[in-house]
Amino acid sequence: MPNALRIVQRNALVYRRTWRGNVLMTVVQPVLVLSAMGLGVGALVDRGGAALPGNVPYLVFLAPGLLAATCMQTASFESSFPISGKMTWQKNYHAIAGTPMRIVDIVAGELAWVALRLLAVSVAFTAALFAFGAARSPLVLAAVPAAILTGLAFSAPIMAFAATLKNGGNFNALFRFIITPLFLFSGVYFPVTRLPEWLQRAAPWTPLYHGVELTRGLVLHTLTWPSAAVHLAYLLVMCGSGTVAAVWTFSGKLRA
Amino acid sequence: MPSASGPLVLARALRKTFGSFTAVDGIDFEVRPGEAFGFLGPNGAGKTSTMRMIACASPVTSGELRVFDRDPRTDASAIKARLGVVPQADNLDAELTVRENLLMYARYFDIPQRVARDRAEELLAFVQLAERRDSQVETLSGGMKRRLTIARALVNEPELILLDEPTTGLDPQARHLIWERLYRLKRQGTTLLLTTHYMDEAEQLCDRLLVMDKGRIVAEGSPRELIARYVTREVLEVRMTDEVRAANAGRLATLGTHLEHLPERLQFYADDGEQVLEQIHQMGLPVERALVRRATLEDVFLRLTGRTLID
Ligand SMILES: Nc1ncnc2c1ncn2[C@@H]1O[C@H](COP(=O)(O)OP(=O)(O)OP(=O)(O)O)[C@@H](O)[C@H]1O
Ligand SMILES: [Mg+2]
Repeated sequence: MPNALRIVQRNALVYRRTWRGNVLMTVVQPVLVLSAMGLGVGALVDRGGAALPGNVPYLVFLAPGLLAATCMQTASFESSFPISGKMTWQKNYHAIAGTPMRIVDIVAGELAWVALRLLAVSVAFTAALFAFGAARSPLVLAAVPAAILTGLAFSAPIMAFAATLKNGGNFNALFRFIITPLFLFSGVYFPVTRLPEWLQRAAPWTPLYHGVELTRGLVLHTLTWPSAAVHLAYLLVMCGSGTVAAVWTFSGKLRA
Repeated sequence: MPSASGPLVLARALRKTFGSFTAVDGIDFEVRPGEAFGFLGPNGAGKTSTMRMIACASPVTSGELRVFDRDPRTDASAIKARLGVVPQADNLDAELTVRENLLMYARYFDIPQRVARDRAEELLAFVQLAERRDSQVETLSGGMKRRLTIARALVNEPELILLDEPTTGLDPQARHLIWERLYRLKRQGTTLLLTTHYMDEAEQLCDRLLVMDKGRIVAEGSPRELIARYVTREVLEVRMTDEVRAANAGRLATLGTHLEHLPERLQFYADDGEQVLEQIHQMGLPVERALVRRATLEDVFLRLTGRTLID
């Protein structure tokens, strides 16, 4: 068993005690948002005859983007406070670093745990789509890996950042000035073509845009190969460089 | 594998710097299998820095360090597999229970679950925490946490245990329990390497001591040797009024082998304390209180590292 899985095992042990509250977040929230936005707002949008890519109903348009964005949010949360807490006041990682576990194992393990959480979120979300009748084909399942990749693209660099903070970390700026704006302006709720010109041009530089485009494109079958390659490359580079950065910052804290 | 008699830890001109600050300034020592080896030294002497280098938690700045005849730079995982670490500050997993802390730690060492379960039970009994096995760590007292940290360090059946101030902040009962357990480990052949600020702890547990100050070694030897080398067999503590002390400073200084002026008492180092006391009586000086005691490691420590607080 690879060493990284020990970290997953440890987090699962803790999760066993806290999952109830978490499941509520994981399942109930997307269902609420989907019903409010998808059905409520969707009814208005669809009646207005808006031209959405692939000419699909609003709920079908919204769902994959919302899934990618939810994964971003979950991943960001899981990679911020818990990581920083274990690095600073709990000093968990210091204890683990005293065993044959390497720092790469710790970082890989935390990423694997986030991936597992994202899998749960994505599966719950996809199940909700089927329940709403918004899943038109089994292609919806292709959204799951794309959304998980989107989440991990945020997870790795945020972990790297979280490890550098003192006293359990202050992530207000991260969530207020990065995560929330991305959620609003990356084409989750409406196509980015609706944005003002300068924001439209900025969108392809931001990560969630690529996550949303990839996930939605896979589900709606609107993806071209070149754009798929760009989205994938962007997200993979974020994952890769974020992981390298995290190993670097973890080492800086654990091997002084 | 090291040869049976080779040192478990070997340091030559070992240094550790943090930026321009030198925490460990070129020290040499060896820890031999089966012994209990202690680091003494005032706050900031470099004890923890040394321990952390041995534990492969902190890179060596320069000099040579070998643990189990391996290089911490290249063989960290192999070294850590055979090492038990009790850090100066507890770093237990606060989100797990007492028992889970041991089980999980065993997993980090790749110990099979079945073996880990048995070992956790044994260790919980060993440190007298069996009834608390399902408690959350946060609900434990300081002494219990310390015992759990020690149990955790034993989970991989280490050949060498590093204990950084194992009993600091604990009540006498808790300290004695820990001493007794450490003593048992030593009898079973485990090598102990510890730091402490308690001279009684050093005297009780350690075969050999190394006194550090400002990153350097100032003395090395068994507790008995250090006492013989740096202080006399006995110490006479005398309390007298400031006026008497001041008026007779010259005469008093001739008594015994060495006189130390402390704020509240005089301390004469002499092989026969009663004899010095007799001399004081013969001088006709009024003595408020007098006590002859054996010289202890504490006297050695204060003599070597000074009585003033450094930082
Ligand atoms: N990570 C670090 N960065 C900078 N300086 C450090 C670091 N760790 C230790 N030091 C400094 O190195 C010196 C030696 O510290 P160390 O912790 O080894 O002392 P110690 O002998 O264990 O002291 P104590 O008895 O108080 O635990 C101290 O002056 C300390 O401030
Ligand atoms: Mg220390």
